[in-house]
Amino acid sequence: MEIPYTVTNRPDTGIYNAKLGIWLFLASEVMLFGGLFSAYVLLRVGAAPGDWPHGWLNVTLGTINTLLLAMSAITTLLAWAACKVRDFTKFKIFHACTIVLALTFLGIKSYEYHDKLIHYEIQLTNGKIADGHMVAESKDFDLAKKIGSVTIEGHIVEDRREIIDLRSPEARAAKHEEITIAATDIKKMGNYGPAHNTFTAIYFTLTGLHALHILGGTLVIFYLWGPGSRMWKTDPERFTNRIEVSGLFWHFVDLVWIFLFPVLYLT
Amino acid sequence: MSESEKPVSLQSTVRLCAMVFFVIVCATSGMIATSFAHLGDGWTLKVALILCIAVVNAFFVAGYLMHLLSEKKLVYTVLAFTVFFFIGLMGLTVWAMGDFPLGTATH
Repeated sequence: MEIPYTVTNRPDTGIYNAKLGIWLFLASEVMLFGGLFSAYVLLRVGAAPGDWPHGWLNVTLGTINTLLLAMSAITTLLAWAACKVRDFTKFKIFHACTIVLALTFLGIKSYEYHDKLIHYEIQLTNGKIADGHMVAESKDFDLAKKIGSVTIEGHIVEDRREIIDLRSPEARAAKHEEITIAATDIKKMGNYGPAHNTFTAIYFTLTGLHALHILGGTLVIFYLWGPGSRMWKTDPERFTNRIEVSGLFWHFVDLVWIFLFPVLYLT
Repeated sequence: MSESEKPVSLQSTVRLCAMVFFVIVCATSGMIATSFAHLGDGWTLKVALILCIAVVNAFFVAGYLMHLLSEKKLVYTVLAFTVFFFIGLMGLTVWAMGDFPLGTATH
């Protein structure tokens, strides 16, 4: 059975079915991310003055990722244009670039996650806070039994507010050094994972969902670049439409990042 | 005829892409500069400026890369509904901002 309107436009809608389908899907995606953005607004506006973190994310890495996604959106469009002018070789090159750029984006995102997961806030028994990246744990370290020690690359602060705004002159002037802390001196410790506070929770939720979209989109693009490209020989028009539809999804993912970057990294 | 149905040339698409990429680079630089600029205590102004630049950035991606500037009426209809519900979602969130349940610490 032949599927209708995969190439030609439906007379009543004016577009082919897959295109209508992807726009309806993108509409639902807007509401999915919209719900999370509204959750962010609630948490951000509801936070007590001075409690919302600033400068916790690496702006340089965020900027690089913004440019990587922008370039990948462009190579996706060029891949579609190459299909339109029947240049299969250029299509392969442009789509390969998209895959490489997407994987680089995910690599940088993974590095950022790793950086947060090895970053610890350690509340000491003397009321001070040690903040920094984990360097080593002694082999016998057990916080519950108060045995062993941990070594971090960071600094010790008197007040928690000193580690909330990392753009403040005090935070920038802080000297980071290797500090070894005995388990007996530790009251409580935890990394900057999703459970750390509301900022890290919404950061991991929003960027994690976005990264899943990147991963899903990359898999589809990889399929169309690899085994799926066999359709080019039998039905190039339909294949070109598939590239357009996957490209629309990819541009949407870029659009989401265009708002995620300023909201999470810059405000 | 929507943009995606018109005859395409690689050269014109490359020129379009270069223009959009230039806008994205400028917009991203503008957002970062605004973020680190000293605007007094104007945190709200800073956020508003950054989001305005982000909207311009998004307009170029959606308008040119997604060909939204010359799409069919049905696509605009779908998006009009989406915008309506999105505004409703955000509006209800902002509207309910001060509605703390009775007996909570913030009430």
